[in-house]
Amino acid sequence: MSEQRNSAAAPLLEVRGLTKVFGQLKACDAIDLTIARGEIHALLGENGAGKSTLVKMLFGSLEPASGEILWKGEPVTVTSPGHARKLGIGMVFQHFSLFDALTAAENIMLSLDDDTSIIEIAEKARQLSAAYGLPLDPYALVGDLSVGERQRIEIIRCLLQEPELIILDEPTSVLTPQEADKLFETLERLRAEGKSILYISHRLEEVKRMCDRATVLRHGKVVGHCDPRKETAASLARMMVGNDVQAVVREAPAANAARQPLLEVRGLSRQPAGPFSIPLRDIWLTVNAGEVVGIAGVAGNGQGEFFEAISGEVIQRDAAVVRLRGKDAGRLDISGRRLAGAAFVPEERLGHGAAPRMKLSENLLLSRFKTDAKAFLGGLGLIRTPVIAQAAKRIVSEMDVRKSAEDPEAAALSGGNLQKFIIGRELDRKPAVMVVNQPTWGVDAGAAARIRQALIDLARSGSAVLVISQDLDELFEVSDAIAVMHDGQLSAPIPVADATLERIGLLMGGADVAHGEHHGEAA
Amino acid sequence: MFEAIVITIATAATPLLIAAMGELVVERSGVLNLGVEGMMIMGAVTGFGVALTTGSPWLGVFAAILVGALFSLLFAFLTLTLVTNQVATGLALTLLGLGLSGMIGEGFVGLPGVKMGTLYIPFLTDLPYVGRLVFGQDPIFYISIMLTAGVAYFLFYTKAGLTLRSVGDNHGSAHALGIRVIAIRYLAVMFGGACAGLAGAYLALVYVPQWVEGMSAGRGWIALALVVFASWRPWRVLAGAYLFGAVTIGQLHAQALGWPIPSQLLSALPYLATIVVLVLISRNRRLTMVNTPASLGRPFVPDR
Repeated sequence: MSEQRNSAAAPLLEVRGLTKVFGQLKACDAIDLTIARGEIHALLGENGAGKSTLVKMLFGSLEPASGEILWKGEPVTVTSPGHARKLGIGMVFQHFSLFDALTAAENIMLSLDDDTSIIEIAEKARQLSAAYGLPLDPYALVGDLSVGERQRIEIIRCLLQEPELIILDEPTSVLTPQEADKLFETLERLRAEGKSILYISHRLEEVKRMCDRATVLRHGKVVGHCDPRKETAASLARMMVGNDVQAVVREAPAANAARQPLLEVRGLSRQPAGPFSIPLRDIWLTVNAGEVVGIAGVAGNGQGEFFEAISGEVIQRDAAVVRLRGKDAGRLDISGRRLAGAAFVPEERLGHGAAPRMKLSENLLLSRFKTDAKAFLGGLGLIRTPVIAQAAKRIVSEMDVRKSAEDPEAAALSGGNLQKFIIGRELDRKPAVMVVNQPTWGVDAGAAARIRQALIDLARSGSAVLVISQDLDELFEVSDAIAVMHDGQLSAPIPVADATLERIGLLMGGADVAHGEHHGEAA
Repeated sequence: MFEAIVITIATAATPLLIAAMGELVVERSGVLNLGVEGMMIMGAVTGFGVALTTGSPWLGVFAAILVGALFSLLFAFLTLTLVTNQVATGLALTLLGLGLSGMIGEGFVGLPGVKMGTLYIPFLTDLPYVGRLVFGQDPIFYISIMLTAGVAYFLFYTKAGLTLRSVGDNHGSAHALGIRVIAIRYLAVMFGGACAGLAGAYLALVYVPQWVEGMSAGRGWIALALVVFASWRPWRVLAGAYLFGAVTIGQLHAQALGWPIPSQLLSALPYLATIVVLVLISRNRRLTMVNTPASLGRPFVPDR
């Protein structure tokens, strides 16, 4: 269908040889791309493939080093986002470009170039949101809204400018499956109205489901154009990654294994620590030896607070609230809990999981100087550098960490490689309990598969593994049971065989988080 | 008696109000300029010197505003263009201002200055009780009130004000929308400098019409504390300025009456009040979110 329309006039947008260089790195290398009118065009690629850089150039936030952009057949230089909007290009950002302290209507007003009054804007936004079935209160403060609601504001803001091309940068990564369905409906409607959409994603299923054509990027280069509906998820993944991604193998845990609880959380509640944090409300959870339990949930529902409480960054008043290997650990600090056999990997890699300006070996020592004091420290507490270097080398080879120097600073590694190192650093201790928050956030598919496999293998060797993640595909891949966190409450874990995307999605959206059965366990 | 006390309070409050109002705009744009004291004293010495040589207090005022703005331009260039640390640069600006003004003003010490006259409207100014208070003060007093109203209107009822607040809330988002973050911050910083210069001129032309080295005497710091005390709201800055003005005057009266309150404690009151307010507002999530500029003091380097 789009082919025919195409032939009548020039394509809406054509990009020829677009290149952007950051220092030594060619983030985009001679990219060619054509977007026809009325099509949903997917831009596929792994993290760091150059997708975001490309669209930032199209939207005028970045200046291309060379190449040209043709808009309706005319060559243009997009000098600023304002200019892009005037041409008719709208954008919905991945990391929302909203202002927490302002209302929805004020946020919309900021991106309009004329002097429409705030009342008019609120009215228009209300009408538009009703027309597209995206309910929105124009006078709500953005800081009070959920991620899904924030995205609605972005979309309404974009639509109010009546763009002909809408760029969406990984729009579903923060949504529940139901919210994502709603988004797809809106996009299909926009396509029916003749608007073009450039859809950036690394989720292959949704690309197959919606998109008319796809352009695949790898290492800043276009590696192929295709019709995603004619491809399989595996063939698309191969194009993105460049080779076959090792499938993660998860065998069911041995049925006869003793179900020995290694990590127990018994009635954990927590007052909000700061103005933006979520209170935790009566959380019960048991993770047994040999199993992986996943915690799903939309970002900002208390996962960070929960992790802090489990890892000992925040100490509980009642020691029995957190138990490790059958012993009360609630009053122990991080080192105390590590000594009790637990290991933790926080969400934020730089600054939390690792000290950015310190070498890998130093980071290794920093996290394990208590647990491995005997090996790492000599008499008078002096550091035994060769032993630590040896251990760092072991971790690097075990996890296949790719690095440019012998012992580089943590910040010099790519996100995926640093994450492999951090996970490897903890696995190397063979912890009885492993708690990981967002294990593969921003990590490329190859490294992600490796990390997931390592977590499963650790569990099968007899440890208890707790994975907190916003990526449902990941949780279904690694978990034996999935619990859902919503608004500081945790649902009962659902065995993965019984869990469906729909069921988990409903819980993520806040449908009755009943936590019945654990009271029986507690007794 | 009552009227006279209120007028002295207004005189003590006006320089605080003007300097704090300027700093409020600066901080709403996401920049923390700790150089208020330095810009103020530069304004004071300029205002005094120009008024003395030309005989016109108004020329002194304009020169002080200009010098305050130029002095803040130095800060803006360092922190916004060269992305130096805002706290350190602000402190340096204060030290530089105090030293430089002492050098410039060496010849002015002990000279009688030019005093700016007060307003006189026949009949109205002569009204009992409120006449002198409402119709008989110096012109800058009226400017300070108009400034408060103007800033409040600008910030919350104009698109330009909304844009400025958005830059202070999240400069990354603002940049993504194509708002010129750095340009807006330059303007805001220079507005703050101009206000600090005006506040300094007030000290040297109205408050005490003479030049004394270091005569700003910590008022720039009180102005900074006031902005936080007022949780970045213009009318609360006005209320706070008069409260702190009243404390200053009350302290003098208390000393004259021989009350056994240590004057140091009273001088510390503005800072103590600021700490209390900070604790209170940080307990209220919504209040913090709506009023505190989230990007305050964070450096911004656009990638392009």
